[in-house]
Amino acid sequence: MATVELDAEFLALPLEAVRSAVLERARALGCEHAEARIERIRSQVVSLRDGRLETSADNLELGLGLRVVHDGSFGFAATVELDVDAAAALADQAVATARATAPAVTERVELADEPSHGEAVWASSYDLDPSGVPMAEKVALLEDWSGRLLRSPGVDHATASVLAVVEDKHYADLSGTVTTQRRVRVHPDVEAIAVDSAEGGFETMRSLAPPAGRGWEYLLGEGWDWDDELARIPDHLAAKLHAPSVTPGAYDLVIDPTNLWLTIHESIGHATELDRAMGYEAAYAGTSFATFDKLGTLVYGSGIMNVTGDRTVEHGLATVAYDDEGVEAQNFELIRDGVLVGYQLDRRIARLMGFGRSNGCAFADSPGHTPIQRMANVSLRPAPGNGPTTEELISSVEDGFYVVGDKSWSIDMQRYNFQFTGQRFFRIEKGRLNGQVKDLAYQSRTTEFWGAMQAVGGEPTYHLGGAFNCGKGQPGQVAAVSHGCPSALFRGINVLNTRAESGR
Amino acid sequence: MSAGVGRLTAADRVVDQVLEASRSDGCVVIVEELSQAEVRFANNTVTTNGIRRDRGVSVIAFRETEGGTAVGTASSSGATDVIDVLRRAEANAATAQAAEDASPLITPGRSTAAGDFADPPVMTSLAGLGNVVTGLGDAFKSAGAAGTRLAGYTEHQVSTVYLGSSTGLRLRYVEPTGKLEVVARSDRGERSAWAGAGAEDLATVHVEELKQRLDRRLSWGKRKLDLEAGRYEVVLPPDAVADLMVPLGDATSGREAEEGRSVFSAPGGTTRVGESLSSQRFSLRSDPFAEGLECTPFLVAGASGQDVSVFDNGLALERTDWISDGRLRRLQYHRAGAKRSGVEPAAPADNLILELPGAASTLEELVERTERGLLLTCLWYIRDVDPETLLLTGLTRDGVYLVEHGEIVASVNNFRFNESPVDVLSKTIEAGRTERSLSREWNEWLNRTAMPPLRVAEFNMSSVSPAI
Repeated sequence: MATVELDAEFLALPLEAVRSAVLERARALGCEHAEARIERIRSQVVSLRDGRLETSADNLELGLGLRVVHDGSFGFAATVELDVDAAAALADQAVATARATAPAVTERVELADEPSHGEAVWASSYDLDPSGVPMAEKVALLEDWSGRLLRSPGVDHATASVLAVVEDKHYADLSGTVTTQRRVRVHPDVEAIAVDSAEGGFETMRSLAPPAGRGWEYLLGEGWDWDDELARIPDHLAAKLHAPSVTPGAYDLVIDPTNLWLTIHESIGHATELDRAMGYEAAYAGTSFATFDKLGTLVYGSGIMNVTGDRTVEHGLATVAYDDEGVEAQNFELIRDGVLVGYQLDRRIARLMGFGRSNGCAFADSPGHTPIQRMANVSLRPAPGNGPTTEELISSVEDGFYVVGDKSWSIDMQRYNFQFTGQRFFRIEKGRLNGQVKDLAYQSRTTEFWGAMQAVGGEPTYHLGGAFNCGKGQPGQVAAVSHGCPSALFRGINVLNTRAESGR
Repeated sequence: MSAGVGRLTAADRVVDQVLEASRSDGCVVIVEELSQAEVRFANNTVTTNGIRRDRGVSVIAFRETEGGTAVGTASSSGATDVIDVLRRAEANAATAQAAEDASPLITPGRSTAAGDFADPPVMTSLAGLGNVVTGLGDAFKSAGAAGTRLAGYTEHQVSTVYLGSSTGLRLRYVEPTGKLEVVARSDRGERSAWAGAGAEDLATVHVEELKQRLDRRLSWGKRKLDLEAGRYEVVLPPDAVADLMVPLGDATSGREAEEGRSVFSAPGGTTRVGESLSSQRFSLRSDPFAEGLECTPFLVAGASGQDVSVFDNGLALERTDWISDGRLRRLQYHRAGAKRSGVEPAAPADNLILELPGAASTLEELVERTERGLLLTCLWYIRDVDPETLLLTGLTRDGVYLVEHGEIVASVNNFRFNESPVDVLSKTIEAGRTERSLSREWNEWLNRTAMPPLRVAEFNMSSVSPAI
């Protein structure tokens, strides 16, 4: 690994003194386990509407969180006071919290073993720290992008925004693991809007550029061709505004990775979280149809379906070197040849269900929140060797649609029934694209849908999508996660017309 | 360390320190103190818990410039250096152009007479969860014996906000918020039920009472029936009505409507204000002084947005009827936007109330008057599908029951729905008495809702979900 550059200002905080104070006190109080996190999160939002600045926010969050296991119960406490006395007092609070809730703990908390990793540092792969780019430069770039859209015929309105997060985290636990990590991510986004002012009604077209574990260089063209995308959006929008409304029915779909990543997130990513499958999320995010008794036997999809979880892919939003339980980043299989073969784990669930080790999926979104099981980068593997191109997949469809870009999404609490829309839908007739349709949503059930996957594209069609805003837990926590996938062909999927759904 | 990293300075002092150090033409400082206690549970055991103190400081710097006023904002959470936050805000203002949403800053008026500005923030603790934790221990035991698993969450938080400005505003408000949500699932997972309650003070919420509601609903589930997708008459309890009305409240942007980009747009760049949305004389409103739903009575904005402006910080909020007599009356505008459009500014408060004046029926009475329909519990995973009609999709969750001849006869499968809350108002057959509700889907963003139960025709259950 190249030299890791950490932030000098963060390192200048009393990290060692505070973590020692809190952990020593936790040890003295008899905790079986304790982990402390000092985190600083800089998040910036810049949002333009019709080329004028509408929202700018620039937030710096700094705090200390401590989770202990005391006499078989978790206790968590957090503070924003970063000094030695406050840190020691925090350990007392965490233990008091564990004691207070102990009468309602009927299942003793034990954690799967993880070796001590000593002192380690890591930083994600980026060139330009986005928090160091002056506000005026950010606004100027988005003004340029907005202007290109607004000058195009048929574009009535345009929005352009970027969300940038820089997360510095210092972690230490009683086993001696002490890690300092920096994660940088950006989410640029533009949307053009066309309004039919005479008749009423409007259509939108948004950029397909995914949020990425990259720095400001991403907005300057590193990893994404913005000039090309900005040039194409107005034409796609105009075609959509005048496109016919879709006729509902069963159709073959070629789904572009810019849309499919979200279907993977919802129908595979969440369904293979073992805390959910065991009922520990029953009140909020829900449970899972992929129950533990089906591990190794559940036919999730067709035989060409291979899905992995990882914390290691470069520019992945869920990529780290160590999680918030001190577990080293790993790669693991979730679905092999269409069969469920693994789950995402944290240390408690790993121990409870007889896995030797956690695969590193415990995270807290901020110093004020307790770590919970969170998603790895869950990705669908492309076809080995010379797999088909997207055009070749399209050429094998007689009557269907090519779905590009994500938009609306919803899935049920056991991850069976889902409905997705998209940015644009191209009619496929006799193997060729023939213009757009609008008002399309596809609806299916997870195993039926993946069972209907007849072909996956080759490596050149592979794309890393993702989101900043995956929600889970109570109090709600958000996590950023990436999903890689190729283009893929699905046979006989139910297509709805969303105007007809509204009774119009 | 005065204003630097480490111990926290008193909130009122922080406001004064920042205003004294301000080099701008105008400045607003917001300090939000948060104290929270929480317990989460599943499978009849407590899983996570926490106590937390947080402080957010937002600074807005205003700079007079060519053509108007430029704005810079910055914020911090935690024990960061507040003067650094001020300087970041000023640096952002230094390079900004005149803001579109500029208005003169709010000056002290009637609502600013609060003499409590120097009072410390109000804190909660695990004791703020009342008897909930003890109640849970007992509930887990009885649930375990009855072959039921309980999962859920309880939280009590107190937010104390301090707002000060260079124009002399010194406002403080204490907003306590609490909730308890419980899901009961039969051991084999074939039946489930949900109950929730929102309250300022969790001492008024009793686990046993919620558990009785859950047991009753689980007992309705003993006879199971599979029904197909289709358009059904539905009876929506107040909680489910809240799940649908919160997105409707969010869709009342004046700017989007005028730009032709919302369900409330009319052709030709006009809006649907004045148009009848329902033959029922509904009132949909926010009101910071509504009894039992009191919330911050002045505007607090750390950053501008579509219809919210940092220039309006401290603006007195009042009862705003978005809909009254079944007609759309108001849309959201900040002061600058309202001036441009020739309307009154309107900002939502931290609550939402739907009421049919005079309606007195209970949910049970609505069920009794239902010939054939589905009684729902709550809705879940609600997302926009088509903003033009405000078509939403989502799932029914934790209890759908078939009503025949006024009686609950069976529990049925869940459905995915595709439906617009605007159409729900127009398709309402009957509304009952408004009561405190808790939106399952949105309570983390909007806890304070009061809704009536509704009986609605032709609710679109688009497909069956086998999920339980």
